[in-house]
Amino acid sequence: MSEVTRNRAELAKEKKALFGTDVDLRQYELPADNKAGIVKPESLSEEDRKKIISSGVDLADPNRAGTFLQADHRIVHCAAKQPGLEVLPMAEALEKHPWLEKFYWQAVHVDADKYTAQAELHFQNGYFIRAQAGQRVTTPIQACLYMRHENTAQNVHNIIIAEEGSELHIITGCATAPSLKSGLHIGISEIYVQRGAKLTFTMIHDWAEEVMVRPRSGIVVEENGVFLSNYVCLKPVRSLQMYPTTRLTGPGATARFHSVLLAPPGCELDTGARVILEAPQTRAEIIARTITTGGSIKARGHLRGLKPDVKAHLECHGLILAEDGVIHAIPELEGQTAGAEMSHEAAVGKIAEEEIEYLMARGLTEEEATSTIVRGFMNVRIEGLPPELQAEVDRAIEESEMSML
Amino acid sequence: MLEVIDLWVDVNGTQVLKGVDLNIPSGETHILFGKNGSGKSTLLMTIMGFRRYKVQQGRILFNGRDITEMPVNERAQMGIGLAFQRPPAIRGVKTRDIFNICNSDGVSCEMLAEKFDFSSLLERDLNVGFSGGEMKKSELLQLLLQEPALILLDEPESGVDLENLETLGKAINRLLQKHLWRTRAKSGLVISHVGFILNYIEADAGYVLMDGRIHCQGNPRELFKGIQRHGYRECIQCQR
Repeated sequence: MSEVTRNRAELAKEKKALFGTDVDLRQYELPADNKAGIVKPESLSEEDRKKIISSGVDLADPNRAGTFLQADHRIVHCAAKQPGLEVLPMAEALEKHPWLEKFYWQAVHVDADKYTAQAELHFQNGYFIRAQAGQRVTTPIQACLYMRHENTAQNVHNIIIAEEGSELHIITGCATAPSLKSGLHIGISEIYVQRGAKLTFTMIHDWAEEVMVRPRSGIVVEENGVFLSNYVCLKPVRSLQMYPTTRLTGPGATARFHSVLLAPPGCELDTGARVILEAPQTRAEIIARTITTGGSIKARGHLRGLKPDVKAHLECHGLILAEDGVIHAIPELEGQTAGAEMSHEAAVGKIAEEEIEYLMARGLTEEEATSTIVRGFMNVRIEGLPPELQAEVDRAIEESEMSML
Repeated sequence: MLEVIDLWVDVNGTQVLKGVDLNIPSGETHILFGKNGSGKSTLLMTIMGFRRYKVQQGRILFNGRDITEMPVNERAQMGIGLAFQRPPAIRGVKTRDIFNICNSDGVSCEMLAEKFDFSSLLERDLNVGFSGGEMKKSELLQLLLQEPALILLDEPESGVDLENLETLGKAINRLLQKHLWRTRAKSGLVISHVGFILNYIEADAGYVLMDGRIHCQGNPRELFKGIQRHGYRECIQCQR
């Protein structure tokens, strides 16, 4: 990348992020050799495979249009099985497509904070996924960023481009090896949904108890483009902070964010979504369901309506299932023009006793009633998501129910 | 079937019931009249066993068994069913799921829903955005699936438009086995504030609940006429 970009990163090396616990980057080792290397899939242990599958990525699954798997800084598997679809390691993509510079560090600023700076200065690959104009890739593409080495930093940079009129469904799983306790994951994701394109992005996170996670995402949706994001984080993590920004730049663009988050004791989640409705007739929806069994959650949301005839809704519901759990919902609406229609709905609390007793009056025990309500609470259905991806989300939720109740 | 003996109940520190006695034999339906805030709902909620309603004195017997301390779900399993006046909305839980929970005999939820023009609501979250009438219908259909022996109805007509009252009346009569005579085994305790329900269901006895006690018992239609003519306070004077 250019000297200018590098310099900007250098200057932001110590810049603290606006939100979330400050991470001391020096605590985490960086691999000596940062060049893209390849490891064979056979080198993954049975346990690694299981963990990767539980995050929604199955190398043996024939019903995937493409696959990307990176373990630490090395590529394990990368393939696209459909014409018009491209799946490449980022380093290779940058060499192959000089035009990619127009998309690199465009939706996310390189000097946003010390994490973006580190992703530039200590680049360790990532994926590039692109559907060429008019290509409808209806079978999902899977991508997994996997961490195996104790106390290392994984810094990846991803770009997704759904070109004009194309359709893409991506499931990404981020996970750590069962033996890994501590580490740092920095993931830059720049997502471009061009005119009339549709992209669904389902992300399932499965980290370890001492892992720090700092994703930095920027999304640009053009005229009549549709971006749907479905985020599930139900496994312990030490600290996760992310606040992706989406710009709806063309008339009729739509973005929807649905997330289901669980914070067990010792876990700190600071997440949300921000959507800027820059063009008329744009639509946005942010829906978060958060549950704490002892951890702390900040659920943010920010809608900015800049043009008339935009509609947006923000919804945050939190369930506190333990005495010492904390949920802090911070919804923000910012209308900068008459004719922007924006609303929000937030509710935080424990399960209402009258709901439990209502179900008990139908014959359920107190435990059965509670689990029925919690399951319903997490039941986030996203319109337009292929059934196989909905099934992955449902499975992740079902698994976590066992541990929660 | 149901026997309530000298029942004293406290709700959030307020003494609401002050020595209620009543007895509903098998196959009979009784109606409880009373002003708003007289303790009618408290009586039903206490019979169902909700925690907010604290029994300080007295006993509740169901089929001869003392259920005063029994958890709600066990009472439900023994055969007590309640149609709520204002059921809670439960987000994410489909009405169909609740119907399946209630369904003890593998009855087709679809057929029942279709019969009562309720099919379009099965996939909706329970009571989220339901009209008053839809909630009442949902409550009664749940009881039809649950098939309790003792049916407690808390103001089944409130919030329901006239057009739907007849459908609800039909559901209630079916619940209470009004088509059976000698073999009828279901009993009911119905709360009514306005008495409309008398036009749709045949009741065997009526009471007035006032100031936490039952004041008079009689033919429900005559009792209600008296209340309409003289108001509650005077009505209990004369009947006494």
